[in-house]
Parts: sequence; C-alpha cells; structure tokens
Amino acid sequence: MSTPTTAVAVDQSLLYPSPYKEFWQAFSRNKGAVAGLLFMILIVFCAIFAPWVAPHDPSEQYRDFLLTPPAWLEGGQIQFLLGTDELGRDLLSRLIQGSRLSLLIGLSSVVMSLIPGILLGLFAGFFPRLLGPTIMRLMDIMLALPSLLLAVAIVAILGPGLINTVIAIAIVSLPSYVRLTRAAVMGELNRDYVTAARLAGAGLPRLMFITVLPNCMAPLIVQATLSFSSAILDAAALGFLGLGVQPPTPEWGTMLASARDYIERAWWVVSLPGLTILLSVLAINLMGDGLRDALDPKLKNAA
Amino acid sequence: MNMIPLRAAIAAALLSVAVGATAKPLVVCTEASPEGFDMVQYTTAVTADAVAETIFNRLADFKPGTTEVIPALAESWDISDDGLTYTFHLRKGVKFHTTDYFKPTRDMNADDVVWSFQRQLDPNHPWHKLSSVGFPYFESMGFKELLKNVEKVDEHTVKFTLTRREAPFLADIAMAFSSIYPAEYADQLLKANKTGDLNSKPIGTGPFVFQRYNKDAQVRFKANPDYFRGKPPADALVLAIATDNNVRMQKLKTNECQIALYPKPDDIPSIKKDPNLKVTELDAMTVSYTAMNTSHKYMSDVRVRKAIDLAFDKEAYVNALFGKGNATVAVNPYPPTLLGFNHDLKNPTRDLDKARQLLKEAGVPEGTVFTLFTRNGGGPTNPNPMLGAQMMQADLAKVGIKVDIRVMEWGEMLKRAKNGEHDMVSAGWAGDNGDPDNFLTPMLSCEAAKNGENYARWCNEKFQALLDQARATVNPEERAKLYEQAQVLFNQDQPWISMAHTRMFTAMRNNVEGYVISPLTTNNFATTQVK
Amino acid sequence: MFSFIARRLGLLIPTFFGITLLTFALIRMIPGDPVEVMMGERRVDPEMHAQAMERLGLNKPLYAQYLDYIGKLAQGDLGESLRTRESVWTEFSSLFPATLELSMAALLFAGILGLLAGVIAALKRGSLFDHGVMGISLAGYSMPIFWWGLILIMFFSVSLGWTPVSGRIDLLYDIEPKTGFMLIDTLLADEPGAFLDALHHLILPAIVLGTIPLAVIARMTRSSMLEVLREDYIRTAKAKGLSPSRVVFVHGLRNALIPVLTVVGLQVGTLLAGAVLTETIFSWPGIGKWLIEAIGARDYPVVQNGILLIACLVILVNFVVDILYGFANPRIRHQR
Repeated sequence: MSTPTTAVAVDQSLLYPSPYKEFWQAFSRNKGAVAGLLFMILIVFCAIFAPWVAPHDPSEQYRDFLLTPPAWLEGGQIQFLLGTDELGRDLLSRLIQGSRLSLLIGLSSVVMSLIPGILLGLFAGFFPRLLGPTIMRLMDIMLALPSLLLAVAIVAILGPGLINTVIAIAIVSLPSYVRLTRAAVMGELNRDYVTAARLAGAGLPRLMFITVLPNCMAPLIVQATLSFSSAILDAAALGFLGLGVQPPTPEWGTMLASARDYIERAWWVVSLPGLTILLSVLAINLMGDGLRDALDPKLKNAA
Repeated sequence: MNMIPLRAAIAAALLSVAVGATAKPLVVCTEASPEGFDMVQYTTAVTADAVAETIFNRLADFKPGTTEVIPALAESWDISDDGLTYTFHLRKGVKFHTTDYFKPTRDMNADDVVWSFQRQLDPNHPWHKLSSVGFPYFESMGFKELLKNVEKVDEHTVKFTLTRREAPFLADIAMAFSSIYPAEYADQLLKANKTGDLNSKPIGTGPFVFQRYNKDAQVRFKANPDYFRGKPPADALVLAIATDNNVRMQKLKTNECQIALYPKPDDIPSIKKDPNLKVTELDAMTVSYTAMNTSHKYMSDVRVRKAIDLAFDKEAYVNALFGKGNATVAVNPYPPTLLGFNHDLKNPTRDLDKARQLLKEAGVPEGTVFTLFTRNGGGPTNPNPMLGAQMMQADLAKVGIKVDIRVMEWGEMLKRAKNGEHDMVSAGWAGDNGDPDNFLTPMLSCEAAKNGENYARWCNEKFQALLDQARATVNPEERAKLYEQAQVLFNQDQPWISMAHTRMFTAMRNNVEGYVISPLTTNNFATTQVK
Repeated sequence: MFSFIARRLGLLIPTFFGITLLTFALIRMIPGDPVEVMMGERRVDPEMHAQAMERLGLNKPLYAQYLDYIGKLAQGDLGESLRTRESVWTEFSSLFPATLELSMAALLFAGILGLLAGVIAALKRGSLFDHGVMGISLAGYSMPIFWWGLILIMFFSVSLGWTPVSGRIDLLYDIEPKTGFMLIDTLLADEPGAFLDALHHLILPAIVLGTIPLAVIARMTRSSMLEVLREDYIRTAKAKGLSPSRVVFVHGLRNALIPVLTVVGLQVGTLLAGAVLTETIFSWPGIGKWLIEAIGARDYPVVQNGILLIACLVILVNFVVDILYGFANPRIRHQR
C-alpha cells in the first residue's frame, strides 16, 4: 500500500517543482544575472579569504616603490601585479581587502535600513488614520532633501568612520523601504485571506508579521539588492568627499579620493578602484534584475 | 570696385579698436573664493590676496619678496623712546578709487586712518557693531588690548598710543587687517543705509579697482590710473577661482590663466620642463607639525615624545608629500629664514631601537593606541594630511605603537583638538608677518595652552619667560639670542614633532614679468604684466 | 480636480515645516560653531567668541533661535551668510542658474538619447542592439559618477585635449551675468564665440551628470514602449494601414511617455544630488559646492535655507508631476 503512494508523491514533485527549483530555473534563464552572480561569488570569495588571497599586506608601505605601474607596463614589477599607490602599497591587495569593507558596508546598511523600514512601513499600512500619514510625511521630508547632502551632514554630526558611514547610508535609504512596504501592505490588506485571518481572530502582531509581511517580501528583496549596490556607491561617494572610513583601511571610494592628484601620472591609481566599484555594482544590479524576474513577474517591466 | 577692400579695412580697424579696448587681462588662477571684500572682517589668505593686495593699502608695506617693513600710505614714522607712541606722517595726494558707485571729493588723510582703526577698536563707533562676527584678525592679534588710542594730530599726521612695548608693531600695521578705508565713502553708505555695500562694492587706494565678482568663478579688477606708486602695467586683472590644483595647472598650460598659484609640489618638475612655463620659488614661512598632547597619559612623559620623534622618518615624509627639494625637514618650531633660528640644533638620526628602549623605560606597553587627529583636505602647509598620517602610522607600528587615525572635517578637528581630546594632532601654521613671535605665542605659549590653541598643551615657564622678554626687546640681536634659547628648551621638551617647512611655488607662463613671490604667502600683482 | 490639488497642497505644509526643523537641527548637531571655524588655528578669545555668538543670535536657547528663523522665513527673509555676509537669496540666485543650466543640459542629453535608445530597443526586442542598450544602461546605472567624471576628464581633456578641463567658460571672455545662464548671457552679450565656448565647457559635465538619468530613461522607455505596443489601439492603428513610423511615434510613444515623465520628475532630486559631485569634479560654480562648503563652515543660514530651497524645488517638481499624472490618469485622482 505504501509503495504506490510514495510513487505518486514522486510524480507530484516532478509535476510541481519546489519553489527553490522554480526560482532557480527562472533566475538562470537570465544570462546577465548568472554572470553577475558568478562575479559576486568571486568578490565574496576575495572578501572572506582576503588575507590569504592578497599577495601583500594592504597597509605595508614599500617606500622604494611609490606609484609603480602595473606589471604589464614598462617599469612594472611582477610582485605588484596592478601597481602601487602613492605610498607604495600594493593596489591589488588593497582592492581585495577593500572588497571586505565595501560588502560589509553594503550589507550592514541594507540590514540597518531594511528592518526599521519594514517596521515603519507595516505600521504606516496598518494604521492609516494618524500614524500612517505621520510616518509618510516624515519620509517625504527625508526624500525632499538631497540624499548625498543628508549623508554628508549625518557623517559630519557623527564623525567619519565605518559605522557612522553605514548609519548615514541606512538613514538615507530608509524612505524607499517604508514607501514600498506600505504600498505592498495596503495592497494586501483588502485581500480575502487577510479578512479571513482577521475573522479567525488573529492578533495584530500575527496579522502584521505572519499573515501579511511574507506576501510583501518579493519587491522588498528586489529593493534590498538594488540598495545594496547603491549603498556601495554612496559609501564610495562619501569616501571621495573625504568623509569615508578611516585610513589605512582600504575602501574603494577612499582610495579614489586622493587619486585625482595622479590623473596625469598614474592612471592605474585612478582607474582600478573605480572599475572595481563599477563592476561590483553592475554585478549586483544584474543579479537584482534576475531576482526581480524570478520573484515577481509583475515587476518585470519596471525600470 | 574699391568698396570691398575698404569695408574690409574698416572692419579690420574696428576690430583692432575693439581688441585694444578689451586688452587681454592678466588672469591669475587662484584656489578659493574671497569671503567678501570688507577686508577686516575676514582672516583667510585668499581674501587677503583678492582684497588687501589689490584694492587696499596700509600705512606700511612689506618690501616685495621680504619681510622688511617699508613706507606706504605713511611716508615716514617716529617712534617715541619708550616705544609706546608711534607717529605716522601720511603721504599727500593719495586718491581713493573713483567708480560708478563712489566719487571721492578729497584725498586720503588722517580721518581715514583714524576711521579704519577706531572702527575696529571703539565699541561705540557707528560701524563697530555692524560686523556680525566682530573683527577677528584685529582681535586675535590682541590689538584691542594693545592699542590705547589712535588720534589725528593734523590732516596728515596720526598718532598711535600703545599700552605696552611691542616689537612687531610695524609689521602688524602692514598686515591686511590694518587696511585703510575711505571714511567719506563709509559716511555716505551709513547715511544711505546701505552699509552692506562696504562688503560688496569696496573702495580703496590700492593698485586695482574692483569691477565685478561672480561668486565662485572670478573676480575682475581694472588698473587704478591714479595709484600712488604709478598705474600697474596690467590693464585688467582677473582672479579665476579653481579649487583643484590639477585644474589650475591645466588652465595654465592652455594659457587660460597666465599665473597659477599654489601648484602641487609634484607638478614642479614637469612645469620646469615645459618650455612655455616657469616657476618662481621661495622658502615659505610655514611649519607643519604633529603636536603631542602633553596632558595625556604616556604623552606627558618626554621620553615617549622623544621616542616618537626618533621613530618617525621625516625624510621619507617630506619626499612622499612634497617631493625632493620642495620642502625642508623641520627642526625648530619656525623656519630658518626667521630671526633667531637656532642653527645648532639638529634632528637626531632615526633610531628604532633607541625609540623602543625609551618607550620601554617610560613603561609604555606594546600595542598602546594613540589617536592622531587629522583633517580630510589638504592646505598649504600640508598638501595631503591623510597620507602623512598613514606614514606616521606605519612608522610608529615598527616600535609597537598603534596609531588610530581619526580623519575629521576641519571645523570638527579644531574643536576637538582645542578641547584636548587628541593624543596627537597634525597641524600647520603659516606666519603672517615674518616675526618669530607670530609662531611661538599662538602655538606654544602658556596662555595658548590654557585655551587649547597650543595643541600640545605644553606650558614651560622658562620658555614663556623668554618669549615675554623677547616681545619687549626691540634690538634684533638681543631678541635673536632669546629666541635661540627658547628653541633649545623646545627641543629638550619635544612638545611637537616639527615636520616640514614648505617651499612656496608660483607657476606662470614664460612671458609673465614683474611678479615677486612673497614669503608672507600673499600675492600682489601691482607690478606684474604679460609681455 | 480642484479639491485634488488642494488636498495635495495641504499635505505640503507639514512637510515644509518638517524640513525647516530637520535642517535647523542637523546643522546645529555638527560639532564646532561658525566663529571657531572662521578663526581656524588662530587665537579665539573667549570674550570675543561670546560677543560674536551674541551678535549672531546664537547664544539664545534653541527654540528661540528656531522661532527667529521661522519668523524671518515668514517675512521672506532668508538671512545672510555668516561667512560672506551676503544675503542667502543673492548667493543662491547667483549660483542656482549654473546648477540649473547643468541639470537641464544633462536632462536634455539623457532625454533625447534615452528615448531614442529605448524606442529602438523596444522595436527590436531581443536583438543585439536591444541587449546592448540594456547592458550599457545597466552599466550607466551602476556608475560611480565621480569616477566617471575623472575618467572622462583624463581621456577627453587631458589625453586628447578635446574638451576644457573645468569651469563654465574661457576666462578671456568677460560676460556680464544678466540671467546667470551662461548660454543665454553669451547670446545677450552678442558674443557667438563665447556661446560656443560655453557650450564646449558644458558637454563633459552634462554627460557625466546625465549618465544615470540616461540609463533610467532608456530602460523605462523600453519597457513602457513594449507594454504600449501590445495594446489594442496600436494593433488597430496598424490595421488601419498607418505608416509604421506614425504608429510608433504618434500613437505609441505618446502613450509610453507618461510613465517616463514620472520617472524624469523623480530624477530631479537625483540630479541635484548628483550635481554635488559633478560640480566638485568640474569646478562648476553651483549650489552643490556652495552647500558642501557651507556645511564645512557651519554657515547655518546658508545650510538651512539653501537646503530648504532645494527641497522646495524637489517637492514642487514632484507636485507638478503628481498633478499631471492625475490629469492623465483619473484613477489616481480619486484615491486618497
């Protein structure tokens, strides 16, 4: 008796692939997304194993080798594959080490704005009379201020540094999560399943976090990926304005900040950190596109 | 038949007239916008260049390229034997600028001088309260306490009475905050209730007449035909604002400007190689240093401060930041060009073992963390503070000290450093009158230690006594001796690591003549022209 | 319709006050005060410091300072810069045209190129061109623009010498700022050479600032165009035998433009923020640089009112877009 039922079960699973498998099929159809994923895996690998991957200590100053060009150019040294910077530090090692920081900033600022953003958005959606409009006005105010200036001001208040950079970026990107969550919640609230849960006597917290929230996650995940990439850009912009993380920690944007002086003499100091930022952000955005297609077909055509 | 060539000839003639009328101005690429044009309200060197050196004159001037004081609006002066009374005899027939917003009816006289000083001195002066932040330079130079009175003796004689003897007084009188304003213009503005115009439509006696200021872009002047030293050779002067030094260099290369101020030391070799360009240079009166907070644990121990000095590679620092030959390694708190520089003092050779030994004796454990405050943007004394800080960090790591670099925005760093929150802070100073006291008192006196501007918070009574004595001494040789002794005390106690004295550069086109670089970091174009 | 506009306007009032409060609080939370920053490393006599703070009205309790500020604002007085003693409005109005000129040029560049690329990509869906446009626009969207600016300068200005390095116009031209828009002022001054020169100076900064909007517009146009092309009325138009170009540009694009315009409206904020970096790189004398410097100098009135003015502008543009959208789409009008 039991054998046929298991056979049926196997058949069922063949007919209805698991959500993960379905997701992966949709995702892998997008070649760009896969390429982005592969690149990100490389970056994450570098970030995790930075001390072992990097050929040199990123802070070690080889003062006899200031501004050595990349190895393939005239005057290049094989030991400094991508050349050295103005203090004779190995550029490749700094880029590898820098991936740690950039990913950390991206990840932590996303988490730090995602959680309060979702909470505020949920409250705004569930209490449309007084709390909702108040929260939304607050978000309007933040959106009206140029985000970079807001971030600069926040960093100026808290003082530059890794954590404060993260806080500044998290605050600046908060409104988009709140708006998105609220919009999604408002859409879901009129659905039958929510009414059913209400009638079944579900309490407010349960309604909020267990009934409604999981159904709003798809756009949020997409938004999180996108803001992950913009966090890396914002951190780099702050670093470029001289308000980023503290030296000698190599951060991609900070590496660019002083590079402007070498624009005529040492193009590698200017080009390579920026190229790294561009490629990583591009990879994340490609992944974000793939995620969107896979998770939320409705959003497929949005920019 | 002749019509066409004739028309062409007329057109050409007209064209040449037009070109003649708008003769090519002398364009100078400078690093920042002037804050405003009412000189005495501001303190920055950029404002001094754009206002005090162009529009205004003072009773005395610095002889171009030196720190020697020479007559200007005052033809001569007498100093009383007790050194407390200075009588200035004014030059006759000096005219204020005539513009479309002001036509002077009289020449410059004693009233103008009295007005210019009483405005800053006398709290009851009608213009005194009009400056919302007061008269920062006048006040920070201690003139409020120093000047007892400024009075008119006759039309062309003014008497200054001081409360104490002050050796650098004549040099102070030649500084930007002592600029002479037209009292007549001020009265007109006050009557018309347009006092703000003093700041936006300035009038002076200087070599150039103000024409227009496009904020953050350019300031335009035309030559003053009545200038008392003769009309400047350049018919028009444009100060073009380009914050980035790479941009200034590019504009110089394309001949968009003929003079570029503050080129980056790195660029000097390539400018020297360029056949169209040249550089004038001079040892600047600057010092960059790292002050060690002597009120903090460990740092209060002179052995620790000596050890840090021994561990830091000053040569490498100067080479990386400025390039070889573009700055000299500092020994004393002020540069060798100034009075009383002690040439006997030398930096010890870098010695990591000895440094480690000293730290051990002082009981500093391995891995002790010291904070180093630094600012996020470069200035004239330190083109790249972050770079310097990272070198310090790498050097001290070799003797087991961890340096925690705190990069701060300028305003915040000042605040925190004055509060004494730092272990070390990198700072710099550009002297503004060529007097050693102008270095030592603001940065190393006991009073400055109290209010925090002495970032080392170092107060040595013997040192202070020497400073006080030197201030009251008029004879230069005696003063020099006192300063030499003071430097010995300074080096024994090592409140700072004196890092570098910069060389100053001005880059220009080959055909620029008559520009004299000044050790006071001011730039004057009254004698400059493009050949 | 009127009540819709009135309702939207009503929402703006608390936003406005919120912005004043936020900027007021933010700038005062930054350590250091204007007098200290002004004096730099020079001696600040405590007595003089106290006097200066009193004259500036900064010794009053915070709420009194805020009320002063709001009171002045109500009279249309934006105060005067602590650093330059010039009225904030004068400074803003002399610098804003530069930023606006740059932003408009960037938007023009992004709009024309973006629409064109988007439409063609949509028509040739799945082609190499389509993939190329989408790939490049995603790259543009991912661009760290300060770096992009440096690279373009390095290549076009320094290596090739095609474009000027920075500034708005060659210094040899003495153009009186009548409108503040260099392109207009040069024409008013009747100097065609200067006009071309100003245009020449505008190219690189406009490309840099326009890169992200370009990417957004291209992607948006493509997707919105794809959607419209599926609609019945397009099929009808085609069936009627209208020429393909007429179908695409008259019937298709016109309808596809609505969402694109919304996005462009939202980009205004991004543009002004991006202008901060672009202005820094190209030494462009605009409000971005002005505000960053004002934050550094703790120039309270400039920061407060400068940001307020920009914020109002952003709100205004969004408001107009909102209203236009309401016109175009009645469903929105009746929503709360």
